[in-house]
Amino acid sequence: MSIVTVTSSVSTRHRPAWFRALTYEAAFYSKTWRASVISSFLFPILYLSAMGIGVGHLVNAHTGLVEGHTYLHFVAPGLLAITAMQLSVGECMWPILAAIKWVRTYHAAVATPLEPGDLVTGKVSWLGARLFVTTAVYAVIIACFGATSSWTAIFLPFIGALIAVAFAAPLIAFSSRVESDVTFTMLFRFVVVPMLLFSATFYPVSQYPVGLRWIVQLMPLYHGVALCRSAAFGTGSPGPLLAHVSVLVAMAIVGYVVARRNLRRRLVS
Amino acid sequence: MPQVTSSLPLVRARGLTKDFGDFRAVNGIDFEISRGESFGFLGPNGAGKTSTMRMVSAVATPTAGDLSIFGLDPHHDGPAIRARLGVVPQEDTLELELTVLDNLLMFGRYFDLPRKLIKERATELLEFAKLTERAHDKCDNLSGGMKRRLTIARSLLNQPELLILDEPTTGLDPQARHLLWERLYRLKSDGVTLIITTHYMDEAEQLCDRLVVMDHGDIVAEGAPRELISQHSTREVLELRFPVDVTTPPIDVLSPLADRFEVLPDRVLLYVHDGDDTLRAVHAAGVTPVSALVRRSTLEDVFLRLTGRTLVD
Amino acid sequence: MNAVLRLTPQWRFGSRRSLYILERNIMAYKRQWPVFVSGFFEPLFYLLSIGIGLNHLVGDVHVGGTTISYGAFVAPGMLATSAMNGGIIDSIFNVFFKLKVSRVYEPVLATPLDVNDIALGEVWWSLTRGALYATSFIICMVLLGDAGSPWVVLCLPGTVLTSFCFACVGLAACTYLRSWQDFDAVNIVQLPLFLFSATFFPLSLYPSWLASIVVFSPLYQSAALLRGLSLGQFSWVMLIHVSYLFVMGMVGLAIAARRFRRILAP
Repeated sequence: MSIVTVTSSVSTRHRPAWFRALTYEAAFYSKTWRASVISSFLFPILYLSAMGIGVGHLVNAHTGLVEGHTYLHFVAPGLLAITAMQLSVGECMWPILAAIKWVRTYHAAVATPLEPGDLVTGKVSWLGARLFVTTAVYAVIIACFGATSSWTAIFLPFIGALIAVAFAAPLIAFSSRVESDVTFTMLFRFVVVPMLLFSATFYPVSQYPVGLRWIVQLMPLYHGVALCRSAAFGTGSPGPLLAHVSVLVAMAIVGYVVARRNLRRRLVS
Repeated sequence: MPQVTSSLPLVRARGLTKDFGDFRAVNGIDFEISRGESFGFLGPNGAGKTSTMRMVSAVATPTAGDLSIFGLDPHHDGPAIRARLGVVPQEDTLELELTVLDNLLMFGRYFDLPRKLIKERATELLEFAKLTERAHDKCDNLSGGMKRRLTIARSLLNQPELLILDEPTTGLDPQARHLLWERLYRLKSDGVTLIITTHYMDEAEQLCDRLVVMDHGDIVAEGAPRELISQHSTREVLELRFPVDVTTPPIDVLSPLADRFEVLPDRVLLYVHDGDDTLRAVHAAGVTPVSALVRRSTLEDVFLRLTGRTLVD
Repeated sequence: MNAVLRLTPQWRFGSRRSLYILERNIMAYKRQWPVFVSGFFEPLFYLLSIGIGLNHLVGDVHVGGTTISYGAFVAPGMLATSAMNGGIIDSIFNVFFKLKVSRVYEPVLATPLDVNDIALGEVWWSLTRGALYATSFIICMVLLGDAGSPWVVLCLPGTVLTSFCFACVGLAACTYLRSWQDFDAVNIVQLPLFLFSATFFPLSLYPSWLASIVVFSPLYQSAALLRGLSLGQFSWVMLIHVSYLFVMGMVGLAIAARRFRRILAP
């Protein structure tokens, strides 16, 4: 009886259940936002100064332009893509296990009219929204460093959000089945870090021996990096662009479906 | 085995004081505990029991006053003192990620005991704590009662001369409680000195040779349980229950009949020498309670009289 | 008489019993051995990535009169960084958890161990882990040709000294943290140290005002020391690096012990 009244009161307010899960994530974040606001302004500036200007100085002296750009300009969009992935990945490992196992907030949540699937939708959409804002700030800072050369740079926040969602969804699917946080350490070491390093972020694919370039293209992050670079410079042809977007969208959709299923199994059974 | 002359008290506190900032948790108390004695600290929450315990365990440093344990100064000989102590803290502090057995093995190492000896003692203590079958389970998976039993077993690993128990039976079921009492009697008969804090007055009456009641950092009473009862209460208590709609019981009639009386929301307590006599007098005076109970005074009556009925914290 | 005794200075810090904390940590982490074994791969990936790409883009770097590959320049800096990060994770995150959440130390205080033993024991543990990581890192350096000279073996004690410094400072810092949210502050300190300690490019490239600040960064001190050791370029300046790291560690440890006592045995 009480369940009926609750759902009806919700439906009169036209708020879907997942939206409340999203609001919860946002409310939780609002208590801890201070440091992350500092870091979303400070970290891009620090990274761009160190990698772009510092290392860039060495690169300019030795190699000159990289794919037609100064090293600073070359590396900036890649750093944006990395940030989107890193923040999203960090939110979908330990915090998910904590919500399932240690603090058990997800168990409390599914005792209300919320469904496990709503929690996934809430988390994913929250990360998409948050990374949209964060990468928008990043894009403005990049522009201040002169690293954007086309109006298409306004797509950067959308790409940032897409990267966040594309990594969040499959990772939630994975984290829903994890028993110990040792697994995350392994995942971080053997998947996340290599992906950061080998996605043509810090240097172009052409640096790799020809026989190894396909490995780079297997990295999901590579597609995000390539998209960011295209948007920042206004370059790229429709075919490859479509391929990059498709890979990320496919990751998001498949990950989302599996995540809903896995989380339901973990919480309900 | 260092032996201290038996004439010296095992623990001796003079003007023992503990401040936390502006708050005085322990207010210059004096007490002595002799070897082989079983000594209780009673008092409501916040009375300063745990602070006293932590000083006697040679963990916290007193703000002022003198404290000697085994005739040693805890400030300088902390490790030597703690080597001969066993402590059961109020909350279980087990290593949840380790197995039951590993918890004991590791704890024994802190006492510099050889591994072989620790293993022997651990096996025996697991038997005592009825945890032998769970030896290789992670502590995290134990029930509350099991964790408590393991904490108690752990405190016995170094075969302490002085065992300090801070509310040892909180959270134990009656079976486990009696099991622990039995073990404590056995330890006591082996010459181990016990210091106990508890909220259970029956436990204090059962276990303690002598006890002090603390309130607001002071010792407000000291003595053997029977002594305290005869000093601070009457021999018997007559409990009269009145219908709920009787707003004021006939106090003017009842009060001359008792040494002391107390009006509670649902009852009136008359502290008297002979409860049956008083009950007859009550009836003779024309007062008819719904029910009447005559019982002996307990430590609980003393406790409530000395520390009040108001809830602390 | 008591008062007189209490005034005598305590020049001894901790005791042999602090090793039991090391033993405890080994016992607690023995189930997590894959984490330690896999630690070998982390420097491998980093150094490999630099070897494939940045080595060619950046070309050679001039340090102290010699010309070396970028990989050989950056590897000691990364080694110093990994020692810093390892020290910080161990002594800030893990010790905070033990101090405030799992409260592992409380029963230990009922044993002959003292608060100082606990602080020192955690430092032993950090050093042990630091030495293990440093060994695998140095092996990777040699395998990928980033070792400047055979003197690279001296990077092992150099890295252990770095671990000591950061572990002790981290231990002190963790006692000031109130909740997990405060850890963002740790990141805000850690990242500039990582990026601006002449780890990725030589000090000569910094604007002079920044260079004079960078020199005071403990990570710069460590990176400079390890780079010198790796290349076999010895100079008296190394004594400054060594004393800087050592003194900073000792100060951290002293603060940590004082704060531990306030938290654990108030």
